[in-house]
Amino acid sequence: MDRNPPRGPIREGPGTPVTTETPRTITARLSRGDRVYRAVTTSAAATVLVTIVLITVFLVLTAIPAIQRAGWSFFTTTAWNPDEPSGRFGIAAMMYGTAVTGLIAMVFTVPISIATAVFINEYAPRALKGGLTTAVEVMAAIPSIIFAGWGLHVLIPFLDPMEKWAVDHLGGVFFVFEAREIGSSFFNVGLVISLMAIPITTSIMRAVLAQAPRHECEGALALGATRWGMVRTVVLPFGRGGMIGASMLGLGRALGETMAATLIFSFAFEIKPRLFENGGVTIASGIAIYFKESRELGLSALMAAGAALFLVTFMINLLAARVVDRAERAAR
Amino acid sequence: MTVTAPAGARPRSRVAAARRRPGAWRLSDSIELAAAAASSYVLTWLIFGRLMPFTVQPAGFAICWYALFLGAYWGVARDSSGPVVARDRIMAVLISTGAGLALAPLLLVIGYVVYRGLSSLRPGFLLETMQLTGPLQPATEGGGMHSILGTIEQVGIAALISVPLGILTAVYLNEVKGPIAAPARLVASAMTALPSVVAGLFVYALLIVRLRWGFSGFAGSLALAILMLPTVTIAAEQVLRIVPGSLREAALALGGPEWRAVALVVLPTARTGLITAVILGTARIIGETAPMMLTAVGTKILNPNPFGGIQDDLPLFVYHQIRAPQDTSVDRAWAGSLVLLILVLLLFLLARAGGQGGRRSGKGTRR
Repeated sequence: MDRNPPRGPIREGPGTPVTTETPRTITARLSRGDRVYRAVTTSAAATVLVTIVLITVFLVLTAIPAIQRAGWSFFTTTAWNPDEPSGRFGIAAMMYGTAVTGLIAMVFTVPISIATAVFINEYAPRALKGGLTTAVEVMAAIPSIIFAGWGLHVLIPFLDPMEKWAVDHLGGVFFVFEAREIGSSFFNVGLVISLMAIPITTSIMRAVLAQAPRHECEGALALGATRWGMVRTVVLPFGRGGMIGASMLGLGRALGETMAATLIFSFAFEIKPRLFENGGVTIASGIAIYFKESRELGLSALMAAGAALFLVTFMINLLAARVVDRAERAAR
Repeated sequence: MTVTAPAGARPRSRVAAARRRPGAWRLSDSIELAAAAASSYVLTWLIFGRLMPFTVQPAGFAICWYALFLGAYWGVARDSSGPVVARDRIMAVLISTGAGLALAPLLLVIGYVVYRGLSSLRPGFLLETMQLTGPLQPATEGGGMHSILGTIEQVGIAALISVPLGILTAVYLNEVKGPIAAPARLVASAMTALPSVVAGLFVYALLIVRLRWGFSGFAGSLALAILMLPTVTIAAEQVLRIVPGSLREAALALGGPEWRAVALVVLPTARTGLITAVILGTARIIGETAPMMLTAVGTKILNPNPFGGIQDDLPLFVYHQIRAPQDTSVDRAWAGSLVLLILVLLLFLLARAGGQGGRRSGKGTRR
């Protein structure tokens, strides 16, 4: 560029004096309106910050009496009699129930979500893609109480004969299938919870897998790969991080899910490997059921259980968000 | 394949006629599929009907048929096209099945709720309460007016609290970018992890027990607001992020103060997206049951005052009716579910329409 003005003092005309070289300092003076605007928005953000800190601190503080009273047995006891003078109580059964129903939900959610995401992205006719994506979003919006009610009244009666057959014929061979009474078991609760985890997991997985580099997909096809060969060698390896993150977000949702367990379980504070047998409890449903009859210490114990649940879901969400974020950033 | 003529001597027309499209679905593929399905069906029938002492269950029959079909289809495809193509075919079947398993519950749930709900939903459901309705009266007696009113009040108050707070926080995160932006963003994402029942337990233990407020719809609204806040904040922040920076700079370059640039340029530009964010947040909380069990509790009578006494709402109505042992109560629960489902789907359609409008006027797309 030749037309740059010559550096140095600028002459603005024959009569004007030579201006000094120091640049004009720009100061941002906030007007009164801007100060109000900054104060209002800052206080809104501070409110959000304070709310969650308050919730966490309150959960932990209220939980302390129960944990002090029970000590380490709080994490190993399966009984729940916190309000009796010498009652034993602990969240072992609740934690076991939460973990097991979450894992069962994931056993269904992960493969079905991967298949659905791949189907929408790679297999579905182009005219159907938008509709299927919307359908997954609609499914995520349906209230959990409706899924839980449908599971209780439709899905579980439908599965009952099959579970009965499995228990009758396989119960003697594998202890997992042993059961006295079937119907409101860990397995069924986990299955219904998976209905609520699938849409979230699927929609995130679909978004991540859609970013698989098209030219590499086409390269694979041009080299003679079948469609599955292309999915296996390009799409899935590319989206591994996103799929892990999406599964973890689904798991976070599954662990905090309350209504399926509250409606379907017949409550039992037990740790049992027999997944098809009636009875169980999760942290979330335990809170929903026992809060009313809890007095001081019982409430404290419930708060401790709730704090433990929040801690776990928070860690899972944080990790998952990081994993998904990294996967999406790598795609760009 | 046998090549008889030397490659150079092949006439052009024959090359054109023999053009192969490897991805195309041919008639022989359909025949293979049908044959595999038929043979596996017959084999399943043989096993269940003739060989084994099982009682025939449709579901067991279907599972067995599906497994045998996979095997038969693999064998046929391998025989005709080789193992690579066979694997491709089997995976296509498995992936389609997985998609079907994910989407079938959606159709079945919506269909079932509509079917069961329509049979006991009538105009009176929207006008009557459960005050005078005993457990043994037919499902056409009584209604959910008190629940619908409660839902509107509770969700409305929750939105009144969390929408301004959420949008202002989003403005802070994206426009002011002050010193607490990073922790506030982290905390907002932490709040999405808060299980809804824990939010309810917090409100119950702090406000209802410790501060002696007693149960009320308003306590429920606070729990809902806690749940709605992160959804609105994060969605609104994403919307504000796609407002072009040049618009902001143009407004500031005209000499306007920051707040006018935000209020008159940034927020109006992002309006449709912000509306979508609000509707998504509302749809997220309108079906929440667990926190309401701990705060509003639910009742059979009309309580129009959200600030005093227990109050019902639609999710609680469904929950209490569906647990009842009488079939009539369960019928009523499905009517309530239908109303709830219609509300959620309406909100969803609204959000969708808003999002489409925003996209059409060239304001970019939400992720």
